[in-house]
Amino acid sequence: MSSNSILQSIHDPAIMKPLADALGKHVLKQPLAIMHVCGTHEHAIAKAGIRSILPEGLRLIAGPGCPVCVCPSHDIDLAIGAAMRDGVILTTFGDMFRVPSINSSLEMVKAKGRAVRVVYSPMDAVRIARDNPFKEVIFVAVGFETTAGPIAATLAADPPRNFTIIPSLRLIPPALTFLLERAGSALNGFILPGHVSTVLGRRGYLFLETGYGMPGVIAGFEPLDILRAIIDLVNQAENGMPARVVNLYKRVVTENGNRKARESIYRVFEPVDASWRGIGVIPESGLSLRSEFEHLDAVRKLGLEPFAESVDVMPGCICHLVILGDAEPEECPLFGTVCTPRKPTGPCMVSSEGTCRARYQYRRV
Amino acid sequence: MCLGIPMQIIQINGKEAAAEAGGVKKSIRLDLLEGCKTGDYVLIHTGFAIEKLDEREALETLELIRQVYNAGVHQRFDSKKK
Repeated sequence: MSSNSILQSIHDPAIMKPLADALGKHVLKQPLAIMHVCGTHEHAIAKAGIRSILPEGLRLIAGPGCPVCVCPSHDIDLAIGAAMRDGVILTTFGDMFRVPSINSSLEMVKAKGRAVRVVYSPMDAVRIARDNPFKEVIFVAVGFETTAGPIAATLAADPPRNFTIIPSLRLIPPALTFLLERAGSALNGFILPGHVSTVLGRRGYLFLETGYGMPGVIAGFEPLDILRAIIDLVNQAENGMPARVVNLYKRVVTENGNRKARESIYRVFEPVDASWRGIGVIPESGLSLRSEFEHLDAVRKLGLEPFAESVDVMPGCICHLVILGDAEPEECPLFGTVCTPRKPTGPCMVSSEGTCRARYQYRRV
Repeated sequence: MCLGIPMQIIQINGKEAAAEAGGVKKSIRLDLLEGCKTGDYVLIHTGFAIEKLDEREALETLELIRQVYNAGVHQRFDSKKK
């Protein structure tokens, strides 16, 4: 089926139903585990109730796809520490605002009267810096490849001297490699993140085919997109052909991705080993400012240091297992009782894309 | 987090542009995309155009937004009547 004909009927229940029925009635030859690594996918899956129509034995796992959820508390503490200083305006995406550290959050810091502002774009943070030349304006740079492009472009566009960032960007391919190489890994395919893929293109994932014989499907965010991806991955797992990386989101993602975005990212940043909250260090999975751009690093410029008691995993919280797909949110004793979107214990309950948050919000679907 | 909103470019001024979707206008940046023209549909993430979209495909999504918006407006009217 061409991508155009899919689009014409993308919201048509008449198209959706036969696909959903076919998948639901399919008898698997063996149990399968498919993982996505995208918070927006998890949100769409939970909202559409896709898990409820999967055949028996097919597990759809939410992997580490929420940049806010994998941001180590070390970096959140750096941001909190920066916001507590006089003369600083701390700017952040809304998702980060409520993520709890061991005894605080940016929201709590703001409640104490400190200058914490939520921005939509890194350029908004630059505007705040221009409007406040006597303040140090710091932007918490969190995100995957999709967001790294805009942040790199912002830094390359000659921001004012009072603008710096706390770098905490993460890369998806090293995380996929980590997930495949870790002990006990038993995945049968990846649903690949649609908008990270605008940067990487289909070619950015060919290592899955060549290095691991692991199928992958780039998918959009409509329920139909996700259903098609699951069906393709089940077919690939069962037909015995060599694994392929397939692009089912051609209306947005190209074969080669966005070269200019990649050039922007690697002009400003270089890959560095980086810690993922609750997971640990993944080689070459983060981005550190190149020496020409070091003056834009708030940690360096202001000598920021994390609190001694930085804790990634809150007592009782199993976010670190949920992020890896080793546990479902419902297995956590805190889920929906102590830990709710109103008063989150762990990061997965905070962001609208966190696995626990999406599962809680749509728990009756 | 990696949310992308399809918008149409209505005016270009160097690396800055004005874009529109569903009657909402926004100032966007074109640093990450080459060869943009007025009238192009682009995917916007954190204020930057990150990829071009096929016009026909963008219209499809915009139509959906309009439908959702209209449904929301009608709902509000209904609740007022009650």
